[in-house]
Amino acid sequence: MNSIPLSVYLVLALILFCIGLFGALTKRNAVIVLISIELMLNAVNINLVAFAKYGAKPGLTGQIFSLFTITVAAAEAAVGLAILMALYRNRKTVNVDEMDIMKR
Amino acid sequence: MTGEMIAFFILALAAIAGGVLMINLSNVVHMVVALVFTFLAIAGIYITLSAEFVAAVQVLIYSGAITIIMLFGIMLTRHERDTASKMPRMTVLLSGAGVALFFLIMFFGINRLSLGSPAADLHIENTKKIGVELYSKYIIPFELTSVLLLVALVGAIVLAKRDEEKEAEK
Repeated sequence: MNSIPLSVYLVLALILFCIGLFGALTKRNAVIVLISIELMLNAVNINLVAFAKYGAKPGLTGQIFSLFTITVAAAEAAVGLAILMALYRNRKTVNVDEMDIMKR
Repeated sequence: MTGEMIAFFILALAAIAGGVLMINLSNVVHMVVALVFTFLAIAGIYITLSAEFVAAVQVLIYSGAITIIMLFGIMLTRHERDTASKMPRMTVLLSGAGVALFFLIMFFGINRLSLGSPAADLHIENTKKIGVELYSKYIIPFELTSVLLLVALVGAIVLAKRDEEKEAEK
């Protein structure tokens, strides 16, 4: 048992984080950008739980922090989507490169 | 090659495959469904890390609630099907290079990292211990979270509500 080293979990989380970052930077659809941000938060959660088991001081703190992160991420998704709805009603678009009201 | 390793590699492969599919698909609904695979695989990875309660929360919140809320967001907005849903080529190349650079730097940082021996007792009464910790040591953050959720609820309703007075003025 416990033959998987810590670095494998960290590399997996890094790959997922990079996928999420690439999606958030290159996608035009704002819903997909929000989902990519959720993927990045998930990668952070994997790190927290991995350090809770394999860290220098193993304990439940990492798991509890990941629970808090999940809660905040859910709140962020709800508010982000509400902003998107308001924006869509006013501008009839969900493309991030057309959201330039504050730049003009 | 123990069973734990085989399970981990299958789950990791599923998670990464879901993410890559999400990047490459063109239909928005398909993207969200691909992400559900990633979220479920991450729940499995939590189980291999002896965090059963976090895995259950992951399945409930991410593959349940957040996926549904994102699908609602997609259904309530219009999406052009076949037009290029990508940014200009320069943006894609630049952000790809930046992400690759970030990946390489982080990879060399964490590749050989190892901090002592793993904890062996995390899976014993995991949910009970998390509950006791939440209601004793972390009681203030826990209560603040309820305030945060209330604020998010009220804020989301206020933001998404149709502004009837202004529409009547028009």
